[in-house]
Amino acid sequence: MHQNEMKLEFDSRSCNEGFARVSVAAFMTQLNPTLEEVADVKTAVSEAVTNAIIHGYEGKINKIQIRCQIRDSVLFIEVEDYGKGIPDIRLAMQPLYTTKAECDRAGMGFAFMEAFMDSVEVESTVGKGTCVKMQKKIAREVCSEEND
Amino acid sequence: MEQFFTISGTTLTVHLPSELDHHNSEKIRIEADRLIRSKNIRRVQFDFSQTVFMDSSGIGMIIGRYKTMRFMGGTVIAVRVSEAMRRILTLSGIYKVIDIYEGMPQQTYLS
Repeated sequence: MHQNEMKLEFDSRSCNEGFARVSVAAFMTQLNPTLEEVADVKTAVSEAVTNAIIHGYEGKINKIQIRCQIRDSVLFIEVEDYGKGIPDIRLAMQPLYTTKAECDRAGMGFAFMEAFMDSVEVESTVGKGTCVKMQKKIAREVCSEEND
Repeated sequence: MEQFFTISGTTLTVHLPSELDHHNSEKIRIEADRLIRSKNIRRVQFDFSQTVFMDSSGIGMIIGRYKTMRFMGGTVIAVRVSEAMRRILTLSGIYKVIDIYEGMPQQTYLS
């Protein structure tokens, strides 16, 4: 069984969105993903981190944590913030629903995460924060044991 | 990372950066709106030739400009769109309201 883990914590600044998705993309290369799989994961991570910055913290600077795990050929990603939380998760996840239409938000963040990952789960407590848990099976076989 | 705006007649071309996320979309939005208001723009052309990454923030930025231009009777198109970017544009449904081109469309049908 191939297993690996990483944890990343950074400030909720928009300039870190690129850093976050590229870091996760670099971590997943050991699964030997296709370019399309990498693009899918980068988009999903970008959506979750952007949500934490815009909605979780509403522009205030605090910490965002990303935890990644590889178990065999499955990539697990958790993106957590300690911000204001989501009162109605089901509503928030509806395509085109947004609380910030005036800021040109498309309301497609969760829809993109769901489209690009195999599963997306959201845990949230109002006033405490939100954790988005995603997973995706990377179809090709894991790199050989010699890299372990 | 730097993005450029060029104006030719009443057409504003937005040369999108390589990564169109929330961070970059915000900067483009402010400058594009300023130009649309001050330069009598009738058509906005988003040039994707340098773009390799886009998320829903980019989609939101384009939809926002589409709404502004439609209100003013103008149009928005996307040009030099790669296969990977077309995938995102298709998934978002934005292709239903703006025309998407792989290359550069003929200039003859100016709105």
